[in-house]
Amino acid sequence: MNETTQHEFSIEALRAGDRAEFARLVEAYSSPIYRLGLKMLGDQQNAEDVLQNTFLKALQHIGNFEARSSLSTWLYRIAANEALMLLRKKRPEVPIDEPASEDDEISLPTQFTDWADMPENELLSVEGRRHLNDAIHALPEKLRVVFLLRDIEGLSIRETADALNLTETAVKTRLLRARLNLREQLGHYYAERITSE
Amino acid sequence: MTTHHHHEHDHQLSCKELLGSISDYVEGELSDDLCQEIRQHMAGCENCRVVFDTFNKTIYLYHTSAGDTKAPVDVQNRLFEKLQLNDYIKRK
Repeated sequence: MNETTQHEFSIEALRAGDRAEFARLVEAYSSPIYRLGLKMLGDQQNAEDVLQNTFLKALQHIGNFEARSSLSTWLYRIAANEALMLLRKKRPEVPIDEPASEDDEISLPTQFTDWADMPENELLSVEGRRHLNDAIHALPEKLRVVFLLRDIEGLSIRETADALNLTETAVKTRLLRARLNLREQLGHYYAERITSE
Repeated sequence: MTTHHHHEHDHQLSCKELLGSISDYVEGELSDDLCQEIRQHMAGCENCRVVFDTFNKTIYLYHTSAGDTKAPVDVQNRLFEKLQLNDYIKRK
């Protein structure tokens, strides 16, 4: 769901401080960055803070942008850092560099109801969509941010790794755990819908 | 997945191995041979088939509904103001 892939920007103009070009960048990426903030933090005020801080920092540092990663990955990196920083402020007791326990065994599925063929208007009903969001918020933040960048914003594994300063292997591990966790949560919800019919 | 089915069919790939590869399968990163093994396993293992289908559907649903969330107009206006970009924005 990367609605920004078709955009191209002049890095030279951006670096040189071209305001019009920066405005185009803001227009293209304000929704994706806001969405990342909203889904990471769960409320609109914090999402707006992430959005504003991201572009203020981008404006401040664009002159030094070295194009080692793509412009979008660079923006997502700033935004993810802002979101994680705000989360830490909200819950200061969580250690920042807590090891991610990458070697943990993946938890085995317990949900075997086949809801994949339910009609899409039922899966994505208003309540269904709310449940999709709730499930994301229930994910540990380290899994959540990986899932959001890869599966919601459509970054590649490599771009996600780049944005989060992780190895591709770590991204894949977290992605698998996030997806299995969400599948399990959605399974519990949709299974009830099926049996109550 | 281990407690739910103790079937005897002779697939070589275990349920747990399938689970470990499911994400890479979706990413299209597995060899043809391994994909074939996964399909063979699922043909004989209903639970893994369900997990696989609902796993894919989970990703699809999130991907499909992602565009629901956009920055509200007032949020965008405050952003442009903050960045002093009002003169450059082409309002839709």
